[in-house]
Amino acid sequence: MSITLDFPSPAPRRYRLRRVLSEAGLVVLGVLILIWSLAPVYNMFLIALDPEEGEIEFAGNLWPPEPSLESFRSVITQEARYLEDFWHQFGNSLFIGLLTMVLTVLIGSLASFAVSRMRLSRGSLLTNAALLTYAIPASFLVIPYFRIMHSYGLSDSLWAVIAAQVAFAVPFAILILQLYGSLIPFELDDAARVDGASAVQVFLRIYLPLMTPALAVVAVYALLLAWNDYLYPAVLLAVRNMTVAVTQGQLFSDTDAEWNAMMAAAIIYVLPPVALLFALRRYVAASLTTAAISI
Amino acid sequence: MSVRGPKRPRGYRRLRGADFGWAIAFILPYAAVFFVFVVYPFGYALWMASQPSLYAELLADRSYLPAAVNTLLFVGLGVNVKMFLAVLLSGFFLCPRWWIRALLAMYVLPWAIATTQACVSFHWMLQQEGLVNGLLSALFGIEGPIWFNNRWLGVGANILVYIWKWMPFWTVIFLAARIRVPRDLYDAAEVDGATGIRRFVHVTFPLLANLYLLCTLLSTLWTIGDFTTVYLVSGGGPAASTHVLATLGFHYAFDASKPALGVAAVMSALPVLIPIVILLMRKLQTSEIEL
Repeated sequence: MSITLDFPSPAPRRYRLRRVLSEAGLVVLGVLILIWSLAPVYNMFLIALDPEEGEIEFAGNLWPPEPSLESFRSVITQEARYLEDFWHQFGNSLFIGLLTMVLTVLIGSLASFAVSRMRLSRGSLLTNAALLTYAIPASFLVIPYFRIMHSYGLSDSLWAVIAAQVAFAVPFAILILQLYGSLIPFELDDAARVDGASAVQVFLRIYLPLMTPALAVVAVYALLLAWNDYLYPAVLLAVRNMTVAVTQGQLFSDTDAEWNAMMAAAIIYVLPPVALLFALRRYVAASLTTAAISI
Repeated sequence: MSVRGPKRPRGYRRLRGADFGWAIAFILPYAAVFFVFVVYPFGYALWMASQPSLYAELLADRSYLPAAVNTLLFVGLGVNVKMFLAVLLSGFFLCPRWWIRALLAMYVLPWAIATTQACVSFHWMLQQEGLVNGLLSALFGIEGPIWFNNRWLGVGANILVYIWKWMPFWTVIFLAARIRVPRDLYDAAEVDGATGIRRFVHVTFPLLANLYLLCTLLSTLWTIGDFTTVYLVSGGGPAASTHVLATLGFHYAFDASKPALGVAAVMSALPVLIPIVILLMRKLQTSEIEL
């Protein structure tokens, strides 16, 4: 350091310049990322805050001329056109999401306990079968699924949607639970068994409590999968019984819709998952780290 | 993501009577779900799509080949551009700055936002008088195009939205892996004169290669099956020229009332899907923890 003070050579200055440049580069990149990530969100607010309905949203405005919260009010009171059943549909979304969550956690934890902790021979067949589910994208099965549900008399039933969501959420649940479960030592189970605990007791008293972080991740995953899915509810449910996600997707090209209200509804619908993810970000980050490391 | 459970202790013994019963009882719910809601629909789909004449009809259909090309583009660009940028950006998010950490929270927002709502927002943003064209004219004085009136602009918009939605997820995965790369590895590389791009090519990327390959395979599977993005951003228009196989199958089945043709359209992707799945399963079986 002292040498550079005595003999200012060109090298440190070049170094400093490079540092300033790279710092500026980081900031520019940061701003670009911010714009890229938030543009559609901004667009939602832009349309939602515009008090006028109809074509006015598309006048190339970059900021609503007279922002108002009127559209949010009309959604909450269900006055907006096409949103008369908003809360009913919101309830449907919630019902499907919560039941998918509970069933996925239940079925997934039972299966992965049996395979990885109960020394079931050929248990790995089950996990491979689960992986195979991902060989066929969910969207490819929707047409036969529609037919099958119709023949079961389950058309327009929320249970048909829940069954589909659970079928596609459990494989992921089994994978995550097995990854996380491999961190729990077998000696715990053995000690309990020596003390006379039955398999069910080991499951309830040892396995489930220790697996809580992974179970939380699986629960969030299943809930979001069901909450956000468009295709299955759109195909399996009748119009009045739809979830919010579907109604919004179906009306997106309808010129009669009040688009400020539609976007306000979108914002209301999007908020719970965002809040949930941010509340549980520690768990989510931990499980993603586990997954990334074990791959 | 190794599928095998933890190592079994040495005194491995067969399950005894009551325990065996419980194990079967525990597995039964999933086995039932798997057979009733995955295997049966899949078999049903194969049966529906088994007539060879369906494929002749597909090839004769004007929209099928463009949709196959669009699917290739959507998957090829959507997956690879996304993965490559995700790896690069995970490096950006490793920079120790307080504002970069704050930015990460904003950056993962697309992942948390429901796909339907995000796609609808993009659809309106790209209207002739939407936000994007508004910005183009305000900043550069250019009159923006009618995005969904041109096949390639429409396909491009679909790919862009797909990247927007899923890049954060993979960035976080790579970020999690890169945090674990030992610091002294980089220090040693620096002593050897590897900095910047060289360090990335010769140190970081080889370490991530296995993870990168697995993520790419997995993402390819998911992208081939993506329906919502294309259906809600370009809607398949103009003149059914921006469909991918998943949306074209839906279109055949529910707009044109030809369900068998719809199933045949999506099943024609199986020759591509099956090798990927086999590759993925073999990778998962053999890959050991590397980081």
